[in-house]
Amino acid sequence: MTALVPLVVCLPLLGAATALMLGQRRRLQVMVSVLSLAAATVMSGVLLVLVDRFGTAVVQVGGWDAPWGIVLVVDRLAALMLLISALMLLGVLLFAVGQGVVDGDAETPVSIFHPTYLVLAAGLFNAFVAGDLFTMYVGFEMLLSASYVLLTLGGTGARIRVGITYIVVSLVSSLLFLSAIALIYGATGTVTLALIAERMPNLPADIQLILGLLLLIAFGVKAAVFPMSFWLPDSYPTAPAPVTAVFAGLLTKVGVYAILRTQTLFFPDNQFSTPLMIVAALTLLVGILGALAQADIKRLLSFTLVSHIGYMLFGIAIGTPLAMAATIFYVVHHITVQTTLFLAAGLIDRVGGTTSLSRLGGLLKSSPLVAVLFFVGALNLGGIPPFSGFLGKFALFQAGTIVGDPVIYVLIGVGALTSLLTLYALARAWNMAFWRPKKQIKNYTSSMSVPLVEDPHDEGMVLKKTISPLMVGATLSMLVLTLGLTVFAGPIFDLSTRAAANIRSPSTYIDAVFPNGTGSIAESNVGTNFEGGAR
Amino acid sequence: MSASLTLVVLMAVMYAAGVYVMLERSLTRVLIGFLLVGNATNLLIFIMSGRPGSSPIVTGTSGQDMVDPIPQVLMLTAIVINFGITALLLALIYRSWWLARLGDEGDTLTDEHATESPDEADATFRSSSDDDDAIAESLDELERGDGATSDEDTDGRNAQVARPTDAVGRADASAPAAGDER
Repeated sequence: MTALVPLVVCLPLLGAATALMLGQRRRLQVMVSVLSLAAATVMSGVLLVLVDRFGTAVVQVGGWDAPWGIVLVVDRLAALMLLISALMLLGVLLFAVGQGVVDGDAETPVSIFHPTYLVLAAGLFNAFVAGDLFTMYVGFEMLLSASYVLLTLGGTGARIRVGITYIVVSLVSSLLFLSAIALIYGATGTVTLALIAERMPNLPADIQLILGLLLLIAFGVKAAVFPMSFWLPDSYPTAPAPVTAVFAGLLTKVGVYAILRTQTLFFPDNQFSTPLMIVAALTLLVGILGALAQADIKRLLSFTLVSHIGYMLFGIAIGTPLAMAATIFYVVHHITVQTTLFLAAGLIDRVGGTTSLSRLGGLLKSSPLVAVLFFVGALNLGGIPPFSGFLGKFALFQAGTIVGDPVIYVLIGVGALTSLLTLYALARAWNMAFWRPKKQIKNYTSSMSVPLVEDPHDEGMVLKKTISPLMVGATLSMLVLTLGLTVFAGPIFDLSTRAAANIRSPSTYIDAVFPNGTGSIAESNVGTNFEGGAR
Repeated sequence: MSASLTLVVLMAVMYAAGVYVMLERSLTRVLIGFLLVGNATNLLIFIMSGRPGSSPIVTGTSGQDMVDPIPQVLMLTAIVINFGITALLLALIYRSWWLARLGDEGDTLTDEHATESPDEADATFRSSSDDDDAIAESLDELERGDGATSDEDTDGRNAQVARPTDAVGRADASAPAAGDER
């Protein structure tokens, strides 16, 4: 079983190398990348079943024992994230292949796109299975470097402009993360998560505060938490549709995963609860108010993406096992539904020639299938019962009321308001793009359309393009997956409850990495650098 | 604390200068800022290895007099990552400078070879490699300084048939030059 853990990372990397070598032979290249991602999906599925049944899987890379070598750890949370992200990556890849078949690969040049996409996948998987902070950093860098290339694909003026903003912001957050690693190493004498978890509580409170805040800021930029979220709605919508979909679904969630992992392991007493709640409330509100003002569907979705990160932070801030379970369920739901909606937006772009609400109309008649895809996804994101979005929020609010703090009640109110406003923004998009007859587009006056602001990079109407069955099929199967999350919500919520129980007791994680205890590890370096360190 | 004060001061100055330069509008300065902050972070990792000592494993004999090797490993990895990102940033800066110089035209500039079939594209690449060979030959002639030109035509053709892969690379390299002429 442990052999699967490094394979999940290595296989996409090998696929990337093979795909790069097959740059001239497109069909073979497509086959290699689809096959390697499909294999990674199967392996993460097997891993999830095995880990759920037999407990955390630990691999000491190269045979070096934990604090000295690199250690890879897959517990239930990591396995669940692996499976869901592999499924998303595979679905979006099929969509991109379908788009390439129709467009002749002008938008997503296969020879570059496929290897980069596979490196992104490998980086994601690496970040999920990392058992030490530095391996996690390397995973982040892998996926970020790949995302820089994917975002600036084609090198048009608009993409370079937003690409550079995105890259500089990501670089700053990476350097912050690296500085945090250095300081944590100085304070605890290790980068292995399990050992840090054991030594962190012995540090003085002020040093814990500094380290915790540094990590939170570094991951907060990646997860697009207010006030570090300004870069996201500007950079994501400019990329090709499949790239935006995978970024929206997965890249911010890696940040959330990292926050979840480090907060529960290093700070089990939940010291950062209050600041996290304030930030969560602001993220929810500011994000959704931004979404209300957008005329462009892709920008609207980007703002709802920022906003809904707030729900996950809220769950982390409450910190009870039930809240953690709800957060994990919500992360899974949000990854699938956001990816589906962005793919649907990509389809709207093709059948309507634009994604601006002020120029779209009559899509319900002209392409009913796209309409259904968008409608069901929107209801799910807006939290209409009985969809998984409703179930996730309900569990979150329930966990909040059990704790019953006044601040938490305020946050529940903000969360409910955000949910309603999301529904409003998406219903308006539905009304204008799908329901409104085509003739009404000109001279359209409605109180709904007054506050709408156009995309600053808007390129006007472009050529309508055909959509291939593969693209619709990929989006449809994602939608079926979100519905599956609703139908099988019971077993999935049970699984996330077990995962939450795992991460809520750090000793499980520590015992898995150090089965013989940590007593034999000399603390030679600890406390040499900070006065009053852990010694 | 047992770290060297010089290193700490150097790190602080590099962080400060780096952040200051990063806030400028010019992209090249942002890159320089990134390099400064990146190296300051590397220094920070280095400082975290604590007191100085003999080199680990090679000359060090006991844990007491060896310097901690792990920060050096982390630093090396971070340096390599920074190097790769810097290369990518340089390419992007070049591209953005190119687009800025051409204005809106830079976006709409179409690829001359976009509509060609693979065979036609091959022919284009081959003819440009013919040009290269012809230039190389005339340069050779100039060096030799003699006028013996009777059978070189066939030689040249043989040479380019033997190196078809070479031609693709050259055609790519000549593409931006073609744009510059507009």
